[in-house]
Amino acid sequence: MFAGPGVKIKARKFAGWLPWHDFLTVTGQNDYPHGFTNELIFYQFMEATGAEIVVRCLAEEGVEFVFGYPGGAVLNIYDEIFKQNKFKHVLVRHEQAAVHAADAYARSTGRVGVALVTSGPGVTNAVTGIATAYMDSIPIVVVTGQVPTPAIGLDAFQEVDTVGITRPCVKHNFLVKDVKDLAATMKKAFIIAATGRPGPVVVDVPKDVTYHTTDFEYPATVEMRSYSPVVKGHSGQMKRAVQMLLEAKRPMIYAGGGVVLGDASEQLAELTRLLGFPITNTLMGLGGYPATDRQNLGMLGMHGTYEANMAMQHSDVLLAVGARFDDRVIGNPAHFAREQRRIIHIDVDPSSISKRVKVDVPIVGDVKNVLTDMLALLKQAKEKPDVAALNAWWTQIELWRSKNCLKYNRNSPIIKPQYVVEKLWEVTKGDAYVTSDVGQHQMWAAQYYKFDKPRRWINSGGLGTMGVGLPYAMGVQLAFPDAQVACITGESSIQMNIQELSTCKQYRIPVKVVTLNNRYMGMVRQWQEFFYGSRYAESYMESLPDFVKLAEAYGHVGMRIDRPEDVEAALKEAFSPALKERMVFMDFQTDQTENVFPMVEGGKGLSEMILAEEL
Amino acid sequence: MSRRHIISLLMENEAGALSRVAGLFSARAYNIESLTVAPTEDATLSRMTIVTVGSEDIIEQITKQLNKLVDVIKVMDLTEGSHIERELMLVKLRAVGADREEIKRTADIFRGNIIDVTESTYTIELTGAGSKLDAFLEAIDSAFILETVRTGASGIGRGERSLKV
Ligand SMILES: Cc1cc2nc3c(=O)[nH]c(=O)nc-3n(C[C@H](O)[C@H](O)[C@H](O)COP(=O)(O)OP(=O)(O)OC[C@H]3O[C@@H](n4cnc5c(N)ncnc54)[C@H](O)[C@@H]3O)c2cc1C
Ligand SMILES: Cc1ncc(C[n+]2csc(CCOP(=O)(O)OP(=O)(O)O)c2C)c(N)n1
Ligand SMILES: [Mg+2]
Repeated sequence: MFAGPGVKIKARKFAGWLPWHDFLTVTGQNDYPHGFTNELIFYQFMEATGAEIVVRCLAEEGVEFVFGYPGGAVLNIYDEIFKQNKFKHVLVRHEQAAVHAADAYARSTGRVGVALVTSGPGVTNAVTGIATAYMDSIPIVVVTGQVPTPAIGLDAFQEVDTVGITRPCVKHNFLVKDVKDLAATMKKAFIIAATGRPGPVVVDVPKDVTYHTTDFEYPATVEMRSYSPVVKGHSGQMKRAVQMLLEAKRPMIYAGGGVVLGDASEQLAELTRLLGFPITNTLMGLGGYPATDRQNLGMLGMHGTYEANMAMQHSDVLLAVGARFDDRVIGNPAHFAREQRRIIHIDVDPSSISKRVKVDVPIVGDVKNVLTDMLALLKQAKEKPDVAALNAWWTQIELWRSKNCLKYNRNSPIIKPQYVVEKLWEVTKGDAYVTSDVGQHQMWAAQYYKFDKPRRWINSGGLGTMGVGLPYAMGVQLAFPDAQVACITGESSIQMNIQELSTCKQYRIPVKVVTLNNRYMGMVRQWQEFFYGSRYAESYMESLPDFVKLAEAYGHVGMRIDRPEDVEAALKEAFSPALKERMVFMDFQTDQTENVFPMVEGGKGLSEMILAEEL
Repeated sequence: MSRRHIISLLMENEAGALSRVAGLFSARAYNIESLTVAPTEDATLSRMTIVTVGSEDIIEQITKQLNKLVDVIKVMDLTEGSHIERELMLVKLRAVGADREEIKRTADIFRGNIIDVTESTYTIELTGAGSKLDAFLEAIDSAFILETVRTGASGIGRGERSLKV
């Protein structure tokens, strides 16, 4: 029962307005201009195909970009995309990149990102992207094609059990078996992705569902009796928390990705300043509190600063906000528990609380609401923070800070990777969106680019997916066409999605790639140096391409920078008005032997860091 | 301190809902001793009983993770209050000659019903807490046992304590 435009028309009831392409078919006119909008024609039909429903749901959700790649199972959907101009489709070169780009769109804007892929290999290629978004709680909706419902389970061409394969790495997924359920399912997908603890939702749409028709109406909302995230904090718990904070002698605020995801930076800043407490950010929380503010001790954890880790370990009251006590953050939990401290934990997901570390005051709720309520309580409170104790605590912290744990050799004749990141920060005035891949360069980016605003730092923390950097930069740049977008990457990571240089060309996405090229999988090499007797098994990157020529072959600008004295000029040129519209690939030849410090080895405690000078 | 817990839950009666629960247990390396599921009087709902073993921390995580599943409506740890647990077992036994009388007597003691009889076998239906079923099997000479089928535990709270939407 395939419905081409002609067939479709006969099957339909009309009332009111009609999409322009159907109208044109009716009038026999087929030479239609692209970019003609639906609203111009005042006929309405009540029935729509599944493919039209998908597209119209996306339009109703205000989706700006759909990142995708076509294939048999989604051809009907693509046909409908062709006929509309409510959103732009961005054709990537690999489905993994489609999901990463949608994910970065979500990370940078706070809105739900959307990707569209075909069945079978389209889905399996997308899985890494989905798992990456899942681990960092990023709201995306991925629409996947599926073989027709009668063929499901028969090992049909390009069939995979999408719901089964993605189940462990989605917040939720749906297989839509009846076109009548499609619109409500799309609505549910957007609600589930964006609310509570955000996450990816997959909507699997069999091909026959895309050409079956039904009455279409997009519901304003959908009730789900089984889904109701807690939003408001428990008032008794919040009172206890405020009390505890005011009694603290060595307080510490530990703020994570939840602050960024929950758009609560302002509330966090107000609370932190009101209390005068030290604060640290996780890798995912960077920008949630200004990095250049004196109260900020920098990132904590495996590659956190000395002062942040020491203050974390020695605090007597710890306020954890939208952070999940990850193993890369608190090191050995037994060592962490050795010091007595009381912990307050704010998180929208109850399962994040007391998962790895027992807490004293759990507060389940949306971080913005909870912080707002706690601020009100704090302002009413008669007690004030213990100034004398706080001063002593800050004196201790300043002593730790004076170790200057992020210092590095600035007189090196070889380019130091840290220097490149510092210069990037200066040249972009600290105001760029920075994406990164995974490895040493990611850590240097986190340590040396001082993020003062949330949603500026876009990286894969939980899954640690090499290859995200370039597609992330694409998603961000499309969302913010006028912004400076830099992708800090390594020569190994960039090659995992290098094909996206082609997408950058097609859509004129002028991202600036900053490759810290150490000819090694540096992070792997560092571990091999420390823990495997410097046996560098398979971590050397042989046969690297000439990145300048490669960039040029894709139609971009390539630069190779060998000397420290050329770093600043190269960055300035790349971000100059002359190259504003161009994608620039910078290949910085950096020190091969540089390591990331401080470092907390696996199994060690937070205060047992290795510092640069100790080696 | 690991303890046995009976967790009851109500979830949307939808395709794939069971695999979400089963998948959660295997992905997070939680124990499942038994799991039973069937629709309730409201056909849009499924009721599930999961028997698991774990420390308080693990059980807390299990209930939180179950609650987090979008299809799950309500979760209750029955073992936190007074409750009733029942399991059904069907046992096929070799029963010939004098053993027939002996087996019948044992079945009576355990309030089992013989639900199928042939010249050489009895099939006995037995309901009770898991421990009672275990006791019955121990009371029978294992040489007689041809086959056993157990449903796994179903549980319900006592008195007013109930799990409802
Ligand atoms: C090579 C490498 C090295 C790393 N080294 C470090 C390191 O040194 N230091 C470090 O910190 N990390 C490091 N990481 C990252 C680490 O693996 C984790 O991804 C990260 O620490 C988790 O950050 P988070 O605790 O802020 O949690 P996220 O993953 O950001 O989770 C956010 C939490 O906030 C909650 N939440 C979400 N929305 C809301 C809301 N609206 N209201 C309330 N709560 C909400 C969620 O439920 C969740 O519990 C490294 C990663 C890699 C790849
Ligand atoms: C897809 C994937 N495969 C493997 C790894 C393991 N891994 C982590 S960092 C790294 C090396 C990254 O090398 P490069 O991109 O050159 O960055 P560098 O550490 O040298 O800065 C590897 C292989 C990973 N994180 N992701
Ligand atoms: Mg490298």
